[in-house]
Amino acid sequence: MPRITVEVDGAVHQDDVEPRVLLVHHLRDRAGRTGTPVGCDTSNCGACTVLMDGLSVKSCSVLAVQADGREITTVEGLGLGGAPHPMQRAFHEEHALQCGYCTPGMIMAAIDLLRENPDPSETEIRAGLEGNLCRCTGYQNIVRAVRRAAAEMRDPAAAREVAP
Amino acid sequence: MIPAAFDYARPASLDEAVRVLADAGEDAKVLAGGQSLMPLLRLRLAYPDALVDLDRLDGLREIRDDGDAVVIGALATHHQVLRDPLVNEHLPLLARATATVADPAVRHRGTFGGSLAHADPAGDLPAVALALDAVLHARSVRGEREIPAAEFFVDWMTSALEPDELLTAVRIPKLGPGWGVHYEKFHRTAQAWAIVGVACAVRRVQGAVEDVRVALTNMGPVPVRASAVERFAEGRTLSRDALRAAAAHAADGTGPPADLHGSAEYRTHLAGVLTARALTAAAGV
Repeated sequence: MPRITVEVDGAVHQDDVEPRVLLVHHLRDRAGRTGTPVGCDTSNCGACTVLMDGLSVKSCSVLAVQADGREITTVEGLGLGGAPHPMQRAFHEEHALQCGYCTPGMIMAAIDLLRENPDPSETEIRAGLEGNLCRCTGYQNIVRAVRRAAAEMRDPAAAREVAP
Repeated sequence: MIPAAFDYARPASLDEAVRVLADAGEDAKVLAGGQSLMPLLRLRLAYPDALVDLDRLDGLREIRDDGDAVVIGALATHHQVLRDPLVNEHLPLLARATATVADPAVRHRGTFGGSLAHADPAGDLPAVALALDAVLHARSVRGEREIPAAEFFVDWMTSALEPDELLTAVRIPKLGPGWGVHYEKFHRTAQAWAIVGVACAVRRVQGAVEDVRVALTNMGPVPVRASAVERFAEGRTLSRDALRAAAAHAADGTGPPADLHGSAEYRTHLAGVLTARALTAAAGV
Protein backbone atom coordinates (compact mmCIF):
# COMPACT_ATOMS: atom_id res chain seq x y z
CA MET A 1 0.00 0.00 0.00
CA PRO A 2 1.37 3.44 -0.89
CA ARG A 3 2.38 5.67 2.00
CA ILE A 4 1.16 9.23 1.69
CA THR A 5 1.90 12.44 3.57
CA VAL A 6 -0.89 15.00 3.57
CA GLU A 7 -1.15 18.20 5.55
CA VAL A 8 -4.72 18.51 6.73
CA ASP A 9 -5.76 21.79 8.36
CA GLY A 10 -2.16 22.40 9.42
CA ALA A 11 -1.45 18.92 10.85
CA VAL A 12 0.72 16.46 8.92
CA HIS A 13 -0.79 12.99 8.50
CA GLN A 14 1.22 10.01 7.27
CA ASP A 15 -0.79 6.97 6.32
CA ASP A 16 -0.69 3.83 4.23
CA VAL A 17 -3.69 3.95 1.95
CA GLU A 18 -5.28 1.72 -0.61
CA PRO A 19 -5.09 3.49 -3.99
CA ARG A 20 -8.86 3.33 -4.42
CA VAL A 21 -9.61 5.34 -1.27
CA LEU A 22 -11.22 8.69 -2.09
CA LEU A 23 -9.78 11.80 -0.48
CA VAL A 24 -13.10 12.53 1.24
CA HIS A 25 -13.07 9.12 2.96
CA HIS A 26 -9.44 9.57 3.94
CA LEU A 27 -10.24 12.97 5.48
CA ARG A 28 -13.23 11.60 7.38
CA ASP A 29 -12.02 8.16 8.41
CA ARG A 30 -8.27 8.66 8.92
CA ALA A 31 -7.78 12.38 9.55
CA GLY A 32 -10.97 12.69 11.62
CA ARG A 33 -12.27 15.62 9.61
CA THR A 34 -15.92 14.60 9.60
CA GLY A 35 -16.96 18.20 8.94
CA THR A 36 -16.61 17.35 5.25
CA PRO A 37 -19.65 15.29 4.23
CA VAL A 38 -20.27 12.95 1.31
CA GLY A 39 -23.31 14.29 -0.48
CA CYS A 40 -23.70 12.40 -3.75
CA ASP A 41 -22.20 9.69 -5.90
CA THR A 42 -22.01 11.70 -9.08
CA SER A 43 -19.67 14.66 -8.35
CA ASN A 44 -22.61 17.03 -8.81
CA CYS A 45 -23.35 18.31 -5.33
CA GLY A 46 -20.09 19.87 -4.13
CA ALA A 47 -20.82 19.16 -0.43
CA CYS A 48 -17.35 17.58 -0.06
CA THR A 49 -15.48 20.62 -1.48
CA VAL A 50 -12.14 21.31 0.22
CA LEU A 51 -9.11 23.36 -0.78
CA MET A 52 -6.11 21.46 -2.16
CA ASP A 53 -3.02 23.66 -2.31
CA GLY A 54 -5.42 26.58 -2.10
CA LEU A 55 -7.76 25.63 -4.96
CA SER A 56 -11.24 24.18 -4.46
CA VAL A 57 -11.66 20.52 -5.37
CA LYS A 58 -14.45 18.01 -4.86
CA SER A 59 -12.79 15.57 -2.48
CA CYS A 60 -14.96 12.72 -3.79
CA SER A 61 -13.29 13.19 -7.17
CA VAL A 62 -9.69 13.00 -5.97
CA LEU A 63 -7.94 9.87 -4.74
CA ALA A 64 -6.19 10.10 -1.38
CA VAL A 65 -2.95 9.07 -3.10
CA GLN A 66 -3.30 12.11 -5.37
CA ALA A 67 -3.19 14.35 -2.30
CA ASP A 68 0.27 13.01 -1.38
CA GLY A 69 2.53 15.98 -0.61
CA ARG A 70 -0.34 18.46 -0.80
CA GLU A 71 -2.04 20.75 1.70
CA ILE A 72 -5.72 20.30 2.36
CA THR A 73 -7.97 22.83 4.08
CA THR A 74 -11.36 21.61 5.23
CA VAL A 75 -14.14 23.66 6.79
CA GLU A 76 -12.68 22.63 10.16
CA GLY A 77 -9.44 24.41 9.33
CA LEU A 78 -11.19 27.78 9.10
CA GLY A 79 -11.28 30.38 11.85
CA LEU A 80 -8.73 30.86 14.56
CA GLY A 81 -8.84 30.50 18.31
CA GLY A 82 -12.53 29.63 18.37
CA ALA A 83 -13.49 32.67 16.28
CA PRO A 84 -15.34 31.74 13.11
CA HIS A 85 -14.07 32.75 9.68
CA PRO A 86 -15.96 35.79 8.28
CA MET A 87 -17.60 33.46 5.73
CA GLN A 88 -18.83 31.16 8.52
CA ARG A 89 -20.09 34.16 10.47
CA ALA A 90 -21.86 35.56 7.41
CA PHE A 91 -23.59 32.20 6.73
CA HIS A 92 -24.77 32.22 10.34
CA GLU A 93 -25.95 35.82 10.35
CA GLU A 94 -27.64 35.74 6.94
CA HIS A 95 -29.34 32.41 7.69
CA ALA A 96 -27.65 30.87 4.64
CA LEU A 97 -28.41 27.31 5.68
CA GLN A 98 -31.31 25.18 6.75
CA CYS A 99 -30.35 21.51 6.96
CA GLY A 100 -26.65 22.45 6.73
CA TYR A 101 -25.54 19.50 4.63
CA CYS A 102 -24.22 21.60 1.75
CA THR A 103 -22.74 24.27 4.03
CA PRO A 104 -19.14 23.02 4.43
CA GLY A 105 -18.71 22.72 0.67
CA MET A 106 -20.60 25.94 0.00
CA ILE A 107 -18.32 27.83 2.40
CA MET A 108 -15.12 26.38 0.89
CA ALA A 109 -16.28 27.16 -2.66
CA ALA A 110 -17.25 30.69 -1.60
CA ILE A 111 -13.81 31.27 -0.04
CA ASP A 112 -12.19 30.01 -3.25
CA LEU A 113 -14.37 32.43 -5.25
CA LEU A 114 -13.30 35.42 -3.12
CA ARG A 115 -9.63 34.49 -3.53
CA GLU A 116 -10.02 35.12 -7.27
CA ASN A 117 -12.62 37.84 -7.08
CA PRO A 118 -12.78 39.76 -3.77
CA ASP A 119 -15.84 41.80 -4.83
CA PRO A 120 -18.12 39.52 -6.87
CA SER A 121 -21.50 40.61 -8.20
CA GLU A 122 -24.57 38.51 -7.47
CA THR A 123 -24.25 36.91 -10.94
CA GLU A 124 -20.58 36.12 -10.35
CA ILE A 125 -21.40 34.54 -6.99
CA ARG A 126 -24.04 32.34 -8.58
CA ALA A 127 -21.59 31.30 -11.31
CA GLY A 128 -18.82 30.72 -8.76
CA LEU A 129 -21.07 28.44 -6.72
CA GLU A 130 -22.58 26.57 -9.68
CA GLY A 131 -20.86 23.36 -8.60
CA ASN A 132 -22.54 23.40 -5.18
CA LEU A 133 -26.14 22.36 -4.73
CA CYS A 134 -28.43 23.45 -1.90
CA ARG A 135 -31.87 21.87 -1.72
CA CYS A 136 -33.25 24.03 1.12
CA THR A 137 -32.52 27.72 0.87
CA GLY A 138 -33.21 28.67 -2.73
CA TYR A 139 -29.72 30.23 -2.65
CA GLN A 140 -30.92 33.77 -1.87
CA ASN A 141 -29.43 33.89 1.60
CA ILE A 142 -26.27 32.09 0.47
CA VAL A 143 -25.62 34.81 -2.11
CA ARG A 144 -26.33 37.45 0.53
CA ALA A 145 -23.91 35.78 2.95
CA VAL A 146 -21.12 35.66 0.37
CA ARG A 147 -21.61 39.36 -0.40
CA ARG A 148 -21.52 40.18 3.30
CA ALA A 149 -18.38 38.11 3.90
CA ALA A 150 -16.72 39.68 0.85
CA ALA A 151 -17.39 43.17 2.18
CA GLU A 152 -16.05 42.20 5.59
CA MET A 153 -12.96 40.53 4.19
CA ARG A 154 -12.16 43.56 2.01
CA ASP A 155 -12.24 45.72 5.10
CA PRO A 156 -8.73 45.64 6.61
CA ALA A 157 -9.96 45.67 10.20
CA ALA A 158 -12.02 42.53 9.57
CA ALA A 159 -9.23 40.95 7.51
CA ARG A 160 -6.77 41.18 10.42
CA GLU A 161 -8.94 38.89 12.49
CA VAL A 162 -8.65 36.04 10.00
CA ALA A 163 -5.04 36.41 8.83
CA PRO A 164 -3.25 33.12 9.54
CA MET B 1 -19.54 4.10 -3.54
CA ILE B 2 -15.91 3.10 -3.31
CA PRO B 3 -14.13 2.17 -6.55
CA ALA B 4 -13.14 -1.46 -7.17
CA ALA B 5 -9.51 -2.20 -6.35
CA PHE B 6 -6.83 -1.38 -8.91
CA ASP B 7 -3.05 -1.19 -9.12
CA TYR B 8 -1.68 2.31 -9.05
CA ALA B 9 1.42 3.84 -10.60
CA ARG B 10 2.56 7.43 -10.49
CA PRO B 11 5.42 7.73 -12.97
CA ALA B 12 7.86 10.60 -12.50
CA SER B 13 8.71 11.15 -16.17
CA LEU B 14 7.06 10.83 -19.56
CA ASP B 15 9.47 8.04 -20.57
CA GLU B 16 8.55 6.11 -17.45
CA ALA B 17 4.85 6.81 -18.02
CA VAL B 18 4.76 5.30 -21.53
CA ARG B 19 6.78 2.29 -20.31
CA VAL B 20 4.41 1.72 -17.40
CA LEU B 21 1.41 2.10 -19.68
CA ALA B 22 2.84 -0.36 -22.21
CA ASP B 23 3.50 -2.92 -19.44
CA ALA B 24 0.10 -2.41 -17.83
CA GLY B 25 -1.78 -3.88 -20.81
CA GLU B 26 -5.20 -3.17 -22.26
CA ASP B 27 -7.13 -2.96 -19.00
CA ALA B 28 -5.18 -0.01 -17.63
CA LYS B 29 -6.60 3.51 -17.61
CA VAL B 30 -4.72 6.77 -17.69
CA LEU B 31 -5.60 9.15 -14.85
CA ALA B 32 -5.18 12.83 -15.74
CA GLY B 33 -7.40 15.27 -13.83
CA GLY B 34 -9.81 12.43 -13.07
CA GLN B 35 -12.95 14.54 -13.22
CA SER B 36 -14.63 12.17 -15.68
CA LEU B 37 -12.87 8.98 -14.64
CA MET B 38 -13.45 9.25 -10.88
CA PRO B 39 -17.27 9.27 -11.16
CA LEU B 40 -17.05 6.26 -13.50
CA LEU B 41 -14.84 4.40 -11.01
CA ARG B 42 -17.06 5.33 -8.09
CA LEU B 43 -20.22 4.17 -9.83
CA ARG B 44 -18.28 1.08 -10.96
CA LEU B 45 -19.13 1.79 -14.56
CA ALA B 46 -15.37 1.34 -15.10
CA TYR B 47 -13.14 -1.07 -13.23
CA PRO B 48 -9.65 -0.97 -14.74
CA ASP B 49 -6.91 -3.30 -13.49
CA ALA B 50 -4.52 -0.41 -13.11
CA LEU B 51 -4.41 3.37 -13.09
CA VAL B 52 -1.42 5.26 -14.45
CA ASP B 53 -1.55 8.65 -12.73
CA LEU B 54 0.05 11.47 -14.74
CA ASP B 55 -0.30 14.00 -11.93
CA ARG B 56 3.44 14.52 -11.47
CA LEU B 57 4.29 15.06 -15.14
CA ASP B 58 4.40 18.83 -14.81
CA GLY B 59 6.13 19.17 -18.20
CA LEU B 60 2.80 18.31 -19.82
CA ARG B 61 1.09 21.34 -18.28
CA GLU B 62 2.87 23.95 -20.37
CA ILE B 63 1.03 26.21 -22.83
CA ARG B 64 3.44 27.74 -25.35
CA ASP B 65 3.63 29.87 -28.45
CA ASP B 66 4.74 27.96 -31.54
CA GLY B 67 4.67 30.59 -34.27
CA ASP B 68 1.41 30.16 -36.16
CA ALA B 69 -0.01 27.87 -33.47
CA VAL B 70 -0.43 27.52 -29.73
CA VAL B 71 0.68 24.21 -28.21
CA ILE B 72 -1.26 23.18 -25.13
CA GLY B 73 0.17 20.49 -22.89
CA ALA B 74 -2.30 17.66 -22.41
CA LEU B 75 -2.30 18.17 -18.63
CA ALA B 76 -3.08 21.91 -18.72
CA THR B 77 -6.14 22.27 -16.52
CA HIS B 78 -9.30 24.05 -17.66
CA HIS B 79 -8.55 26.64 -14.96
CA GLN B 80 -5.12 27.22 -16.49
CA VAL B 81 -6.45 27.36 -20.09
CA LEU B 82 -9.10 29.93 -19.09
CA ARG B 83 -6.50 32.29 -17.65
CA ASP B 84 -3.77 31.79 -20.23
CA PRO B 85 -2.90 34.96 -22.18
CA LEU B 86 -1.91 33.00 -25.34
CA VAL B 87 -5.22 31.14 -25.36
CA ASN B 88 -7.22 34.30 -24.76
CA GLU B 89 -5.39 36.18 -27.51
CA HIS B 90 -5.17 33.52 -30.21
CA LEU B 91 -7.76 30.87 -29.32
CA PRO B 92 -10.71 32.79 -27.85
CA LEU B 93 -13.10 30.04 -28.95
CA LEU B 94 -11.32 27.59 -26.68
CA ALA B 95 -11.44 30.06 -23.78
CA ARG B 96 -15.18 30.63 -24.27
CA ALA B 97 -16.03 26.95 -24.47
CA THR B 98 -13.79 26.07 -21.51
CA ALA B 99 -15.64 28.62 -19.38
CA THR B 100 -18.79 26.53 -19.86
CA VAL B 101 -17.18 23.24 -18.75
CA ALA B 102 -18.59 22.00 -15.42
CA ASP B 103 -17.84 24.24 -12.42
CA PRO B 104 -14.80 25.94 -10.82
CA ALA B 105 -13.78 22.97 -8.61
CA VAL B 106 -13.91 20.57 -11.56
CA ARG B 107 -12.02 23.06 -13.74
CA HIS B 108 -9.23 23.19 -11.15
CA ARG B 109 -8.54 19.47 -11.70
CA GLY B 110 -9.92 18.59 -15.14
CA THR B 111 -7.49 18.80 -18.05
CA PHE B 112 -7.82 19.83 -21.70
CA GLY B 113 -6.09 16.66 -22.90
CA GLY B 114 -8.20 14.48 -20.63
CA SER B 115 -11.41 15.96 -22.04
CA LEU B 116 -10.29 15.13 -25.57
CA ALA B 117 -9.00 11.63 -24.77
CA HIS B 118 -12.22 10.84 -22.90
CA ALA B 119 -14.05 11.55 -26.20
CA ASP B 120 -17.45 12.05 -24.60
CA PRO B 121 -19.87 13.15 -27.35
CA ALA B 122 -21.45 15.59 -24.86
CA GLY B 123 -18.07 17.12 -23.95
CA ASP B 124 -17.60 20.68 -25.17
CA LEU B 125 -13.92 20.69 -26.09
CA PRO B 126 -13.81 17.94 -28.76
CA ALA B 127 -16.01 20.12 -31.03
CA VAL B 128 -13.70 23.06 -30.41
CA ALA B 129 -10.63 20.98 -31.33
CA LEU B 130 -12.44 19.90 -34.48
CA ALA B 131 -13.53 23.42 -35.45
CA LEU B 132 -10.01 24.78 -34.96
CA ASP B 133 -8.29 21.95 -36.89
CA ALA B 134 -6.23 20.92 -33.87
CA VAL B 135 -3.52 18.28 -34.21
CA LEU B 136 -3.11 15.88 -31.29
CA HIS B 137 0.32 14.57 -30.34
CA ALA B 138 0.50 11.03 -28.99
CA ARG B 139 3.43 9.15 -27.53
CA SER B 140 4.12 5.51 -26.73
CA VAL B 141 7.18 3.30 -26.36
CA ARG B 142 6.84 2.80 -30.11
CA GLY B 143 7.40 6.50 -30.79
CA GLU B 144 5.42 9.66 -31.44
CA ARG B 145 2.66 10.42 -33.89
CA GLU B 146 0.35 13.25 -34.80
CA ILE B 147 -3.39 12.77 -35.20
CA PRO B 148 -5.61 15.45 -36.79
CA ALA B 149 -8.74 16.18 -34.72
CA ALA B 150 -10.86 15.03 -37.68
CA GLU B 151 -9.40 11.50 -37.23
CA PHE B 152 -9.08 11.49 -33.43
CA PHE B 153 -12.70 10.94 -32.41
CA VAL B 154 -13.54 7.46 -33.62
CA ASP B 155 -16.76 6.48 -31.87
CA TRP B 156 -18.77 6.97 -28.67
CA MET B 157 -16.14 7.61 -25.96
CA THR B 158 -13.49 6.12 -28.19
CA SER B 159 -10.47 7.99 -29.48
CA ALA B 160 -7.82 6.99 -31.98
CA LEU B 161 -5.32 6.51 -29.13
CA GLU B 162 -3.98 2.97 -28.83
CA PRO B 163 -4.07 1.42 -25.33
CA ASP B 164 -0.34 2.11 -24.89
CA GLU B 165 -0.50 5.70 -26.17
CA LEU B 166 -0.57 8.89 -24.14
CA LEU B 167 -1.87 12.20 -25.43
CA THR B 168 0.98 14.64 -24.70
CA ALA B 169 0.03 17.94 -26.36
CA VAL B 170 -2.45 19.59 -28.70
CA ARG B 171 -1.30 21.99 -31.40
CA ILE B 172 -3.96 24.48 -32.44
CA PRO B 173 -3.44 26.94 -35.32
CA LYS B 174 -3.99 30.56 -34.24
CA LEU B 175 -6.95 32.42 -35.65
CA GLY B 176 -5.63 35.60 -37.27
CA PRO B 177 -7.30 39.00 -37.42
CA GLY B 178 -10.88 39.29 -38.67
CA TRP B 179 -12.18 36.17 -36.95
CA GLY B 180 -15.14 36.25 -34.59
CA VAL B 181 -15.96 33.24 -32.43
CA HIS B 182 -18.77 31.85 -30.31
CA TYR B 183 -19.65 28.69 -28.39
CA GLU B 184 -23.38 28.18 -27.96
CA LYS B 185 -24.41 25.50 -25.50
CA PHE B 186 -27.87 24.36 -24.52
CA HIS B 187 -28.28 22.56 -21.22
CA ARG B 188 -30.92 22.10 -18.57
CA THR B 189 -29.20 23.38 -15.47
CA ALA B 190 -26.10 25.34 -14.51
CA GLN B 191 -23.72 22.41 -14.67
CA ALA B 192 -25.37 19.83 -16.93
CA TRP B 193 -23.80 18.38 -20.06
CA ALA B 194 -24.58 19.97 -23.41
CA ILE B 195 -27.77 18.62 -24.95
CA VAL B 196 -26.38 20.21 -28.11
CA GLY B 197 -23.45 22.61 -28.47
CA VAL B 198 -22.11 24.63 -31.40
CA ALA B 199 -18.51 25.81 -31.76
CA CYS B 200 -18.22 28.48 -34.40
CA ALA B 201 -15.64 30.80 -35.95
CA VAL B 202 -16.33 33.28 -38.72
CA ARG B 203 -13.86 35.40 -40.69
CA ARG B 204 -15.34 38.58 -42.04
CA VAL B 205 -13.78 40.42 -44.94
CA GLN B 206 -15.41 43.53 -46.43
CA GLY B 207 -18.95 42.69 -45.41
CA ALA B 208 -18.76 39.07 -46.54
CA VAL B 209 -18.20 35.70 -44.88
CA GLU B 210 -14.71 34.81 -46.06
CA ASP B 211 -14.25 31.65 -44.03
CA VAL B 212 -16.37 29.79 -41.48
CA ARG B 213 -15.96 26.78 -39.22
CA VAL B 214 -18.82 25.12 -37.41
CA ALA B 215 -18.56 21.99 -35.24
CA LEU B 216 -21.36 20.37 -33.27
CA THR B 217 -21.35 18.79 -29.81
CA ASN B 218 -23.63 15.82 -29.06
CA MET B 219 -25.20 15.47 -32.52
CA GLY B 220 -23.81 11.96 -32.91
CA PRO B 221 -21.34 9.56 -31.29
CA VAL B 222 -18.47 11.92 -32.19
CA PRO B 223 -18.26 15.68 -32.73
CA VAL B 224 -19.04 16.63 -36.33
CA ARG B 225 -18.19 19.52 -38.61
CA ALA B 226 -21.36 21.07 -40.00
CA SER B 227 -19.88 21.15 -43.50
CA ALA B 228 -23.19 21.97 -45.18
CA VAL B 229 -23.47 25.13 -43.06
CA GLU B 230 -19.89 26.05 -43.87
CA ARG B 231 -20.56 25.56 -47.60
CA PHE B 232 -23.77 27.60 -47.56
CA ALA B 233 -22.29 30.45 -45.49
CA GLU B 234 -18.95 30.93 -47.20
CA GLY B 235 -18.80 33.82 -49.64
CA ARG B 236 -22.23 35.14 -48.59
CA THR B 237 -22.89 38.74 -47.69
CA LEU B 238 -22.68 39.20 -43.95
CA SER B 239 -26.33 39.37 -42.86
CA ARG B 240 -28.52 37.71 -40.27
CA ASP B 241 -30.78 36.27 -42.97
CA ALA B 242 -27.91 34.69 -44.91
CA LEU B 243 -26.41 33.18 -41.76
CA ARG B 244 -29.80 31.87 -40.59
CA ALA B 245 -30.42 30.31 -43.98
CA ALA B 246 -27.04 28.56 -43.78
CA ALA B 247 -27.73 27.44 -40.19
CA ALA B 248 -30.85 25.61 -41.34
CA HIS B 249 -28.47 22.95 -42.71
CA ALA B 250 -26.79 22.34 -39.32
CA ALA B 251 -28.17 18.84 -38.81
CA ASP B 252 -27.61 17.68 -42.41
CA GLY B 253 -25.99 14.26 -42.37
CA THR B 254 -25.96 13.91 -38.57
CA GLY B 255 -27.43 11.08 -36.51
CA PRO B 256 -28.21 12.66 -33.15
CA PRO B 257 -28.83 10.45 -30.10
CA ALA B 258 -32.11 10.23 -28.21
CA ASP B 259 -31.98 10.16 -24.41
CA LEU B 260 -33.90 11.49 -21.42
CA HIS B 261 -32.75 15.03 -22.24
CA GLY B 262 -34.21 15.06 -25.72
CA SER B 263 -35.28 13.11 -28.78
CA ALA B 264 -33.27 13.03 -32.01
CA GLU B 265 -35.87 15.35 -33.57
CA TYR B 266 -35.48 17.83 -30.73
CA ARG B 267 -31.70 17.80 -31.16
CA THR B 268 -32.09 18.33 -34.90
CA HIS B 269 -34.26 21.37 -34.17
CA LEU B 270 -31.80 22.64 -31.55
CA ALA B 271 -28.83 22.29 -33.90
CA GLY B 272 -30.41 24.72 -36.37
CA VAL B 273 -31.47 27.24 -33.73
CA LEU B 274 -28.16 27.16 -31.85
CA THR B 275 -26.07 27.31 -35.02
CA ALA B 276 -27.98 30.42 -36.11
CA ARG B 277 -27.26 31.99 -32.71
CA ALA B 278 -23.61 30.96 -32.82
CA LEU B 279 -23.06 32.22 -36.38
CA THR B 280 -24.68 35.59 -35.82
CA ALA B 281 -22.89 36.07 -32.50
CA ALA B 282 -19.52 35.11 -34.01
CA ALA B 283 -20.09 37.34 -37.04
CA GLY B 284 -21.34 40.20 -34.88
CA VAL B 285 -24.53 40.79 -36.87
